[in-house]
Order: sequence, then C-alpha cells, then structure tokens
Amino acid sequence: MSQFPVLLRSKDRLPVRYLIVDDSVFARKNLAKMVESYGGKVAGEAGDGCTAITEYDRVQPDVVLMDITMPQMEGIEAAERIIRQHPQARIIMVSSVGYQENIVAALQKGARHFLQKPVKAEQLYDILKYVLGDDAVAVATPAAQ
Amino acid sequence: MRMELIQPFINAADAVLCETLQSPTRIADVSMDEETYRRKGVAAMIHIVGDIEGRVIFDLDTATATRIASYFSGEPVEASEEMVRDTVCELANQVIGNAVTTLNDQGMHFRVSPPSVHTAETGGQGAEDTETLVMCFDTPNGRVYMNISMRYHRRRRRENVAIV
Repeated sequence: MSQFPVLLRSKDRLPVRYLIVDDSVFARKNLAKMVESYGGKVAGEAGDGCTAITEYDRVQPDVVLMDITMPQMEGIEAAERIIRQHPQARIIMVSSVGYQENIVAALQKGARHFLQKPVKAEQLYDILKYVLGDDAVAVATPAAQ
Repeated sequence: MRMELIQPFINAADAVLCETLQSPTRIADVSMDEETYRRKGVAAMIHIVGDIEGRVIFDLDTATATRIASYFSGEPVEASEEMVRDTVCELANQVIGNAVTTLNDQGMHFRVSPPSVHTAETGGQGAEDTETLVMCFDTPNGRVYMNISMRYHRRRRRENVAIV
C-alpha cells in the first residue's frame, strides 16, 4: 500500500479514531489495515447495527465506517439511530451494492459519504479528508514526501 | 448465449479480484457445461430474484482463501474454517454487489440474498432457458472459480417476446 500523509486530529494532534462496522471479519481487517496506514487507530469494531450503536456510545470515535447489509440491524438504520443521539457523528457508509436508492437513503439519514466495495485506499483517504475537514490535518511523513 | 446476463458478473469478478489483490488476474478456463462443475473447496452461493433470477457460486480452495485473507490483513492468518468461510463469502458479496449495481443502473430490479455456504458437490440442475457459465480465474494467490446460472424472469421474457 502506498504511503499517505498521516491524518491527525487538529485539536490534539492525536490519531483519528475509527469505529469499523461490518459483519465480515475479512472486510473489517481490510479497512483496519487501510486506516492504520493513514496513521489512524481502530477504537472499536462491530459486526451488526445493534453492536455498532453500543460501541459508538462506548468509544466515541471520530469516524464510523459502516457496512449496510448486516444481521440484526442494517447499517442505514444503525446510522440513523447513532446520528439521532449524536448529531455530530461522522458516518461513512461502505457497501458492495451501490444502488442509487441506498446511497440517497443513507445520505438522507445523515451519513456523510458513501463508498462502494472493493474500497480503494486512495478513495477512502480522500473521503476521510473531506469528511473530517478542518478537524483533521495531514502531516507528511518522510516516505510520503 | 445471452451475454448481457453474464457479462456484468464476469466484469465484476475481474474488477474485484484485481482491486483486492492489487494485481491482474487471468481467465484460465471457461465452460458452459454446468455438469462439469465440481466444488473445489469452500464455496459461497448467492441467490438473485427479480427481473433476472438465478444463482452465483464463488468457490476457492482453502489454501487460496487463506492466502487471500492473509494478504488482506497484512499478516498471516490462521487457516480456520471460519476465516476461510468469511473470506469466500465477502469476496462473493463484493462481486455480486458490483454486478447487480451495474444491472440496476440498466433498469433491472431484484433482491439479492446474503451469501450462504454451499456444501453440495455440484451447482445444481439448470433449466433450458438458463444461461450457465463456469469460469476459473488465475490469481497470484491461487485459483478462484465462479459458477453463474441466470435467466430472465418469466414476465420479462414474455415482454421481450411481445416486443419482437
């Protein structure tokens, strides 16, 4: 994976903290590897929408990467419930199915962005920079220069 | 053969495998004979119901699935049954998801089942109006097999005939 400038939180220059939600362990590991390559920290993981809600309350991440099709509770519903309790939550939906209606529904419920699998590292990085905005700063590493 | 039913799945499999493994893949073998297919290792099946209907089986042997999972994690993973199943199901999920997104963009509507582990030795008996393709992709981590069986929904087939 190519080197990316590290993304740090603007307020304290600490790593951005992520909650990764996907019923596939394989998919969670892949996303974890990517966000760690951007200097981030995986604060929590969840395999379904219900656990995502409790984990959000527990770890208070900076960003949530949320799959859509999951058992017990789907990602769009989980996103809506998290945002209702935490309007500042930054949730990026990540799904293999990129139906227009899914994307629109997710954004209407308050998700900040949508990314279709397979996830490209460069795309996720750009979306994270966009979603974090001024709350994150990119710090060039020697390898990335 | 009605390639418009099959092509999105071929394109999606190629794209997903290339992107996930970060290297080109090669189609090693293609067969339209469903009866020659025998399960190679761990297989995931996804059913599609709607304007087109059928099923797709994604099949990898254990060693290939373990290598792919290790590649993805960035570290060696244990060849546990659970990890192998999860890897195959997620790959199948991504391939099918991409394919049905293309078909949905073309105006088709359907429901896709979550992937389930396919334990039978064969792919099952197809019907006369079913398009079937069994493909083998060569990847740097081993071979990946995809068995597609699709047809237009009866109502849509009648509409197509009426137009003609």
